[in-house]
Amino acid sequence: MTTETKPKGWLGRLRAGLSRSAQSLTGGITGLFTKRRLDDEALEELEELLIAADLGAPTAAKVTAALAKSRYDKEVTPEEIKGFVADEIEKTLAPVAQPLVADPARKPFVVLVVGVNGTGKTTTIGKLARHFRDAGKSVMLAAGDTFRAAAIEQLQVWGERTGAPVIARDTGADAAGLVYDALTQARKEGRDVLLIDTAGRLHNKADLMAELTKVVRVIHKIDDEAPHATLLVLDATTGQNAHRQVEIFREIAGVTGLVVTKLDGTARGGVVVSLAERFGLPIHAVGVGETAEDLRPFEARAFARNLTGLDAEG
Amino acid sequence: MFETLSGRLGDVFDRLRKRGSLSEADVTAALREVRVALLEADVALPVVKSFVDKVRNRAVGSEVLRSVTPGQMVVKIVHDQLVEMLGAEASDLDLEVVPPAVIMLVGLQGSGKTTTTAKIGRRLAKRDKKKVMLASLDVQRPAAQEQLAVLGEQAEVNTLPIVKGETPATIAKRAMQAARFGGYDVVLLDTAGRLHIDEALMSELVEVRDISKPAETLLVADSLTGQDAVNIAQQFNDRIGLSGIVLTRVDGDGRGGAALSMRAVTGCPIKLVGVGERLDALEGFHPDRIASRILGMGDVVSLVEKAAESIEQEEAEKLARKMQKGGFDLDDFASQIRQMRKLGGMGGLMGMLPGVGKMKKQLAGANVDDSILVKTEAIISSMTPTERRNAKVIHASRKRRIAAGSGTTVQDVNRVLKQYKDLSVMMKKVNKMGQKGLMRHGLQGLMPR
Repeated sequence: MTTETKPKGWLGRLRAGLSRSAQSLTGGITGLFTKRRLDDEALEELEELLIAADLGAPTAAKVTAALAKSRYDKEVTPEEIKGFVADEIEKTLAPVAQPLVADPARKPFVVLVVGVNGTGKTTTIGKLARHFRDAGKSVMLAAGDTFRAAAIEQLQVWGERTGAPVIARDTGADAAGLVYDALTQARKEGRDVLLIDTAGRLHNKADLMAELTKVVRVIHKIDDEAPHATLLVLDATTGQNAHRQVEIFREIAGVTGLVVTKLDGTARGGVVVSLAERFGLPIHAVGVGETAEDLRPFEARAFARNLTGLDAEG
Repeated sequence: MFETLSGRLGDVFDRLRKRGSLSEADVTAALREVRVALLEADVALPVVKSFVDKVRNRAVGSEVLRSVTPGQMVVKIVHDQLVEMLGAEASDLDLEVVPPAVIMLVGLQGSGKTTTTAKIGRRLAKRDKKKVMLASLDVQRPAAQEQLAVLGEQAEVNTLPIVKGETPATIAKRAMQAARFGGYDVVLLDTAGRLHIDEALMSELVEVRDISKPAETLLVADSLTGQDAVNIAQQFNDRIGLSGIVLTRVDGDGRGGAALSMRAVTGCPIKLVGVGERLDALEGFHPDRIASRILGMGDVVSLVEKAAESIEQEEAEKLARKMQKGGFDLDDFASQIRQMRKLGGMGGLMGMLPGVGKMKKQLAGANVDDSILVKTEAIISSMTPTERRNAKVIHASRKRRIAAGSGTTVQDVNRVLKQYKDLSVMMKKVNKMGQKGLMRHGLQGLMPR
């Protein structure tokens, strides 16, 4: 075990988090290509390594094929391969790295947050509330997770921390009704941003997903352009199942962007690369810790370079 | 879980089985596909490699290539290897210590520890009649302790009273003391979610472990986890020492790779699986059955067990007598549908039947889902007793009334009546064919034309 001192500042944290993510991938690449000719076997192993970083088979094949096209049968160094893979990944990720901007013309700018259980929706809302407050916006929170025990209390703690009022009802209450009240009140008070929490649900549960469509419908009723942003919170440790999650949540709730959480672990989050390729949904932010400051904008170059073990600024 | 992997492997093995003889190259090609299928199912790379190597070593041996059905042999070897990887036998919680036996639950944030704590508590209290106490050591996440208190109430299990401002170690000590004085059999310690690389929090766990000396240290892990599963499991095992794994969200459509990886790297058995949001949605884990399900060989044992649990004996016998007389009416049809729903609906049933794994996709396309069962039940409930006994009296105006009463359309009512008619015809055929006839013609003979 390595004992690490906590790096200060968010960039340090992000890099520390991501480079841990990158360790096994880059270790693999380095071991693979030290003074070696790029032959079929080497390419196949690279493809496997990319799959093992949660990139998914089709994306891994694409990156490998691109490499083969330009370097096949040539002597290659690990640095060269890393740079190449990072550039390829960055090309895919650059268009989706878009921060979440609250349109000031919307009052309130309604953000609906959805996802499967335990990905970090409530924590993300707490962090977003802090972010918007720091940007000088007046924020309101809606405790739409009326299913999980103490989810409301959890959001209320975040409300206290960020000074945002929390609209809540008792556990077991109708989520759609609560959202209706919250939106009405946010309009009355002229709030800038309304962040709506929802109960975690597995995307393959038809009844729970139907409940989510009801929430969306109720929001539409008051403001047919809302929700202005629907965020899917994805856990970075998730594997290829993330594809199904995005597919179904997009279909049911009209997801407009992603937030990737828990990137401070060893999870590589490589699945976002194939997600970007397939869906092209903006990735607004990444979560790299438990405190309110640990939500950062998603940066394609830093992410790609860190994923392959290169310095973020290079 | 496992559907995707099952589908992929099914395709590979279909091609293998068709071959009369197999060369070494055939096996190698098939294994390459197995490898990609496993990787795509989120099984970790090192685990996949060792798996494929083991299978190859046995498969290219003479026993396979010379056997009459080489394809089948390869499938069998993969099956055996899967069972080995998942752990050969089902293992339950081992609480044979001087009470109170402590169960400590650890894992990443959001893996489902708190819910699992309550589920295990409920299971031990209800099924094993133990006196159980739950205690939350989670001082990190806001309202985590309150969450466990509420869940404990729902599970009808006592929770340790919350004292604000205590450290996890202090809470653990207090829990142990309260359990000894209170004469509890089992204490469940729910810990805060933590990253396996967070040194400070991991030492805190070690401290709690040394205070409470748990009989079981369970890693709670999300079955949707990707390649990182090995790192998580290995680090928790190295640092804390695990005795078992609980997989959560097995009712999701994850690919189940995490299950294979974690077992393989830690050697710890998967002891329990969470299969839903309700507090009774916790089941034992049966490696051999899961391996069969992955390979599309079906899990008939689980099906039979589940049927035995859910279908009331009396009702089944009543139905059998009626069937023999040919007097199968709409009430019986409704009771059959209710039993089917108890068994986990169409999806649940289909997944356990051999060879149906691949059909499932087509079925999903054909819109056969449980809402149809619900609808059918509603329609039958809207009929009068006379109509249920004698479906022949249901004409146009009655159909309109039934449709209005059940919130459906006349077309829906017609469909139910048609299904009922088909089913009655099928039952008569069964009677005529008798037991032997059924064996000979199989299910094909029963399909309505």
